[in-house]
Amino acid sequence: MSKLLVSTSVNGDPQQFLCDPDTTLLDALREEMGLTGSKEGCGSGDCGACTVMLDGRMVCSCLVLAPEVEGRQVTTIEGVAEGSRLHPIQRKFLEHGALQCGFCTPGFIVAAKALLDRNPDPSESEVRYWLAGNLCRCTGYDKIVRAVLDAAAELRQDRRAVA
Amino acid sequence: MSSPAYHAPETIEQAVALLAGDTGARPLAGGTDIIVQMRSGRSAPSAIVDLKRIAGIGGVRPLPGGGFAIGATMPCTSLKDDAALAAAWPGVVEAANLIGSVQVRNRATLAGNLCNASPAADSVPALVAAGATCLVAGPHGERVVPVADIPAGPGRTSLAPGEFVVEIRLPPQAGADAYLRATPRTEMDIAVVGVGASLALNADGICTAARIAVGAVAPTVLLVGDAGAALVGTRLDAAALERMADAVRAACRPIDDKRGTAEYRTAMAGVLAGRVVKIALERAGSKA
Repeated sequence: MSKLLVSTSVNGDPQQFLCDPDTTLLDALREEMGLTGSKEGCGSGDCGACTVMLDGRMVCSCLVLAPEVEGRQVTTIEGVAEGSRLHPIQRKFLEHGALQCGFCTPGFIVAAKALLDRNPDPSESEVRYWLAGNLCRCTGYDKIVRAVLDAAAELRQDRRAVA
Repeated sequence: MSSPAYHAPETIEQAVALLAGDTGARPLAGGTDIIVQMRSGRSAPSAIVDLKRIAGIGGVRPLPGGGFAIGATMPCTSLKDDAALAAAWPGVVEAANLIGSVQVRNRATLAGNLCNASPAADSVPALVAAGATCLVAGPHGERVVPVADIPAGPGRTSLAPGEFVVEIRLPPQAGADAYLRATPRTEMDIAVVGVGASLALNADGICTAARIAVGAVAPTVLLVGDAGAALVGTRLDAAALERMADAVRAACRPIDDKRGTAEYRTAMAGVLAGRVVKIALERAGSKA
């Protein structure tokens, strides 16, 4: 079976890659584009470690076939920071110690950013429900939830300062 | 193992031709079941026919005379964004938004949940209670089939080779609906029992129509005719609700598995049926 040529946009940059038709988006990101921030925990959509944004909606990249992203917009954890300046959510994860082994962290940060982009002032319960598809086996979640709520508060303040 | 072919047709006719021309081809909508099955080796399609590039198949449109047509590739989370649909059929929209996580629901579809044919599919009891139908396209043209007739058993559908579900059609809302499920955990779990209810009341508060459907208690979702009949003509008083719950329990023929015993599933089906009818009643009453 011949390889498919896929043209897409990743973190705002045009990307082209060759893949087998049943390659997942996660494998294409990691193997073809060298973007190894997205992780494979389960490969079945249960753990969320591979979470990316596809046309503005968060999805498990292990459950997307790479040819499906032809002509679409993908954003990964590598697109969250601005150069060497961490996004406030990333900084708050460090400040709150919201990670131990770090394997789930990219997925949590992409998912948390998706939440705060649409809901700048979520309740604790909204944060917990939104992040239900991201599993962490180290932290027990409390520090993650606190980091997200704290990042939300800081982002709201920044927004007020700009206004 | 060789990789399957990948096709992204732009019309229904092209999709039918691709599916009918290759008996090993499978349609792809959200992919949250089929990609997992391909990776685990449970399914080895010879070709994937991605339906998402077909014009108009990813949205919802109002039907003439009321009701809605929900395209086969519309993700579950998008159902909530359609205010008219969410107001008319909250039970269907809520059921679809109990599936998996936000990541999964941003891809998963009603048509995929139906055609995956899991007995525990959350959206299917709600659709069956609603009296939903689906538009099926195939080599011999299009046909409209009740949603309840699509699942044939766990993992099996009644669709003929080359056929696929193009859209799911909800009738005009004449009352209200609701869906509840029992799961050991709050999120990211599969229904041990799920019950959908759809009711209509007249101006005096008498029930004029009722459909009760139960999931995860038989090889396919069951429409329990006797349960609906127990409610029609009543004011949904305690005695009517008890007769309805008796009918639900009588229809259950579940399996024992790690998530629940047959006895527990049957008992919970009756409990949830009572609760879900009360929610639908409240919704119907607040509209009247």
